[in-house]
Amino acid sequence: MTFGPSTPKPSPDQLTAHGAEHDHGPYEAVFTGAARAELDELLTRYPNKMAALLPALWIVQRERGWVSDDAMAEVADVLALTPAYVKGVVTFYTMYHQHPVGRYFIQVCTTTPCHVCGAEGVVDAFLQHTGCGELGVTSADGRFTVIEVECLGACGFATPVMINEQFLESVTPARVPEILAALT
Amino acid sequence: MGYPHRSHERETPVLSKHFGDPAARTLQGWRERGGYVALEKALKMDPAEIQTIVKDSGLRGRGGAGFPTGVKWSFMKPDGKQHYLCCNADESEPGTFKDREIMRWTPHALVEGVALGAYAIYATVAYIYIRGEFTEPLEQVRAAVKEAYAAGILGENAMGSGKTVHVHVHQGAGAYICGEETALMNSLEGRRGNPRIKPPFPAVAGLFGQPTTINNVETLTAVPHILNNGAEWYKQFGRPDNPKSVGTKLFSVCGNAARPGNYEVPLGFNFGEFLWDLCGGAANGREIKAVIPGGSSVPFLTAEECRTAIMDYEGFVAAGSMLGSGGVIVFDDQQDMVRQIARLCRFYAHESCAQCSQCREGTAWTTKIMERISAGDGTVRDFDTLLSIADNMTGKTICVLSDSCATPVVSGLKKFRHEFEAKLKPTPGVVGYGSTATAAAAPRAASPTA
Ligand SMILES: Cc1cc2nc3c(=O)[nH]c(=O)nc-3n(C[C@H](O)[C@H](O)[C@H](O)COP(=O)(O)O)c2cc1C
Ligand code: SF4
Ligand code: FES
Repeated sequence: MTFGPSTPKPSPDQLTAHGAEHDHGPYEAVFTGAARAELDELLTRYPNKMAALLPALWIVQRERGWVSDDAMAEVADVLALTPAYVKGVVTFYTMYHQHPVGRYFIQVCTTTPCHVCGAEGVVDAFLQHTGCGELGVTSADGRFTVIEVECLGACGFATPVMINEQFLESVTPARVPEILAALT
Repeated sequence: MGYPHRSHERETPVLSKHFGDPAARTLQGWRERGGYVALEKALKMDPAEIQTIVKDSGLRGRGGAGFPTGVKWSFMKPDGKQHYLCCNADESEPGTFKDREIMRWTPHALVEGVALGAYAIYATVAYIYIRGEFTEPLEQVRAAVKEAYAAGILGENAMGSGKTVHVHVHQGAGAYICGEETALMNSLEGRRGNPRIKPPFPAVAGLFGQPTTINNVETLTAVPHILNNGAEWYKQFGRPDNPKSVGTKLFSVCGNAARPGNYEVPLGFNFGEFLWDLCGGAANGREIKAVIPGGSSVPFLTAEECRTAIMDYEGFVAAGSMLGSGGVIVFDDQQDMVRQIARLCRFYAHESCAQCSQCREGTAWTTKIMERISAGDGTVRDFDTLLSIADNMTGKTICVLSDSCATPVVSGLKKFRHEFEAKLKPTPGVVGYGSTATAAAAPRAASPTA
């Protein structure tokens, strides 16, 4: 299958699932070992610790799949901030998940330039074929969450879709079943 | 569509010359294509000298506002303070996707431009702030930075010059407003991306309180070409009668265009020729109804207006719109403009940072009213309400996101009023929200301001 015209794209079967299984047990610190070393390296790039907040949250999300209150408290601790401050920042940005999401987090752009190209049909196709039924609701099998997002900055490739870290271009409703089938 | 995308002899690929060529992505490939010669040359010059060349070239910011780059750089003096350069790679303006392609295909071109820009403003540290959704550009630019460090191009003693230039990549996390320069700095500092009140201007107190310059990806990528070829060379691109808009510009084309994609043309190009000859007009043999020529925040042009418009900062203003970020959004004759404008308002309502009440409330109300009209539940009084809200949203807030939401509404009501009117409720019932007055007195189609 082709993935848009421009770059050689990974095929969806190379898509990886978000994080590991969501952790509901006692909180396990993220910033130990390699993740701690990664953060320490990051800290050398900025004149203060606070500036490493967004990158630190990205590490949490990569490792845990979402950013829990406990994780926010840990980030606050390692960066000498307060948990309330960290939460204030997390809630400002749309890409940090404050709840567990499906193993495949599917974001479909529906802003005007994509809208005129029929993005709504792509959303409907994802909702139908994932069994999610509704936006933002994780499918019963825990595999999928579908959301609409504002402009993904790829408007000429309508409709762009992001599945976890992978960017798909020129997705049409007809291609949706094939894309989903290729996810493990 | 795809790259290479060149289909017309009048395209002028300078920045986009190597789009579609994967070999250009690596350091070696980039060097084979003339990369890093300009940086090496620049590191031997005095920063003030570079500022002068860029000023003489007439390069203007490609991020939307079009401020002359050399003039902006000349605000940065050797004052012994820590200076910063921020490269704005947040590209979230609907209709705009040029910076993404620069980063995907020629990441070293950006790294070179950023390093050069940093040196020219007496900064030893530069940050490239890339929106979080740009996974592939992030990967490409990170790889390029890594390669450049390993080759001694970046870091202390950059290219053996004895000068220090650090470049770091910083990933955003999903917020259009972080493209606004002061919001970008807040976000980089680990804060919510709220725009700051100016003054102080970034050149005085910017990132971490230090003198800072913020430049767009396309702007910085143009600089090495100017250093290599000279200011006069750059000025040849443009129309002879308008020295204020020179150089080449990437235009992103999307929506119902027959051939969407990025096109690089000299400023001063004829918009009719661009739309119909280069981009193939509307898709599926339809007619173009309207175009937003400069990203979603600028006024609509009708097809007729497009035919004669000139593609530069002054030309688009003369045609009643703006160059903005160069995102060309095409609407064909089947599009329901009310519905599309309502969707655009929803975008701005979603992206408002909510600091200013005019913006927070205005974008929300505008969206509600537009959606109501779109659903066939509007009354003619809504038009005046929309215009009055728009008036309150324009020129009264910390940043211009609020104005950007008002723009398509005001421009839409002016140019597609018949479509708005055709959507009004057939028999007016209750007039206005929260009002119990009946609409007996309200004329159905003609508004008092028509
Ligand atoms: C709401 C808003 C969003 C913006 N988004 C971007 C953006 O995504 N990229 C960009 O380069 N400039 C953006 N700008 C413009 C920047 O504030 C700034 O003017 C620009 O980055 C300066 O670079 P330049 O002089 O090279 O154009 C935005 C402005 C506003 C008000
Ligand atoms: S105009 Fe809107 S986006 Fe800009 S600062 Fe005010 S509330 Fe925030
Ligand atoms: S509007 Fe969909 S990517 Fe820009």
